[in-house]
Amino acid sequence: MHFKGITRRGNPLDNKHKKQYTNHYKMEDTYYHPADLRKFSKITEWSEELGTKFFDYYGKVFEEGALSAREKSLIALAVAHVVKCPYCIDAYTKDGLQRGITKEEMMEAVHAGAAIESGATLVHGVQMMNKYNKLSM
Amino acid sequence: MQESLMPQIKKAAKKSLKARENELAMTNKQLEILNGGLFAEGELPYFKDKIAEVGQFPLRPKKLEILQINVGYMCNQVCEHCHVDAGPDRKEIMTRETMKLCLEVIRNTGAHTLDLTGGAPEMNPDFRWFVEEASKAGIQDFIVRSNLTIIRANKKYYDLPEFFKKHNVHVVSSMPHYTRGKTDKQRGDGVFDKSIKALQELNAVGYGMPGSSLRLDLVYNPSGAFLPSDQAALENDFKKALKEDFNIDFHSLFTITNLPISRFLDYLIASENYEDYMYALVEAYNPAAVENVMCTNTISVSWDGWLYDCDFNQMLDLKVASKVKHIKDYNEDVLKDRNIIISQHCYGCTAGAGSSCQGTVA
Repeated sequence: MHFKGITRRGNPLDNKHKKQYTNHYKMEDTYYHPADLRKFSKITEWSEELGTKFFDYYGKVFEEGALSAREKSLIALAVAHVVKCPYCIDAYTKDGLQRGITKEEMMEAVHAGAAIESGATLVHGVQMMNKYNKLSM
Repeated sequence: MQESLMPQIKKAAKKSLKARENELAMTNKQLEILNGGLFAEGELPYFKDKIAEVGQFPLRPKKLEILQINVGYMCNQVCEHCHVDAGPDRKEIMTRETMKLCLEVIRNTGAHTLDLTGGAPEMNPDFRWFVEEASKAGIQDFIVRSNLTIIRANKKYYDLPEFFKKHNVHVVSSMPHYTRGKTDKQRGDGVFDKSIKALQELNAVGYGMPGSSLRLDLVYNPSGAFLPSDQAALENDFKKALKEDFNIDFHSLFTITNLPISRFLDYLIASENYEDYMYALVEAYNPAAVENVMCTNTISVSWDGWLYDCDFNQMLDLKVASKVKHIKDYNEDVLKDRNIIISQHCYGCTAGAGSSCQGTVA
């Protein structure tokens, strides 16, 4: 089996390293691997204090509060799309299904995120107009 | 070009796995999958080892509370997630002779709940006779699990709401979602509208109304490869939507996790969700749920009188590990002294807040 990119650079790996390095799948296939999502909690292994603080915070954020957990799930889904995080999209689509959120609600949330994102681009059009006007006679 | 971009809609099967001669109709094949793969490779722990961590292996019964009798696998629906592999083509039906043996047990049981299930129990030709006889035993809570659509399936079933009322039956009905699309996808076209109509008819005779002693509870199974969420939150959503859209009242919503057996297992494998689903079940394992898992307070009886720890073990043909294995020899004291048979499907009952035929347990 060839590991493109590594072998080409003249750095062949023995089987043991290949397994450690490739983590059971070919690195060149994709940077994102769906199975990595369930390993998320492992980030704590390399920095226990920060990892634990993050997951405590994360858990607290999504509890019922002034906003319901259901509302927060839809916000998370919209943000997941805006930051284009495939793990988060998988996670919050599933979370929405579990909460009985309908596909229509999910799609509206995605549009809300997309509208803000495109609005954020377009509002810079004012800057362009200002600059244009300033430089023009 | 445009058409190829359209999502492919999978047509719901019209026949049981058994009628299609699908190999997953064989219980040994299902058990081979549940005991192999991720578990045999050590990727995920066996259920046995997991409950041993909290001193619950071997799992032992507690006080018997629920006697659940499956009166047959025939059903008017072929739901995609069905753990019974029920359908119109299933001919396994409890005979009046076996029902008589069950009645003898019902009259003498220490259980406070009698729970009739199927298939569609109403399709058993002796169903009404059995309900009439069983209701005389004066059992505290007499449940019939109705799929709702049966009430609208044929004229001969139209009076079921009145019949249930007459015998003070507690109706527990499946309702996967309060929207048409999700319900019909899981249970078949037209199921939502018929279910709504049936619920309205049950309401009309007094079932499910606030303060009514005629109990009407709904069962929610996720319509796909995901686990149910918080039971109370879903109950609120169901109550609000069904009331606003259809003026329907009901008492409680039970969330039930789909166990990876039979048709749901077939669906998980075919949709390439099996591994993720098993990971999700194991990740959601809640030791507190093991304490009250339903097999510790239930005996399940099959259409032909065999005894099981639960309806799921019945569908896997894992009979009770007791000298008493059949209703004809029924003895609660002997049955109490047994080890409950477990496999990896049991993770379904210990995930999150736990799952049982009565909803969450933890």
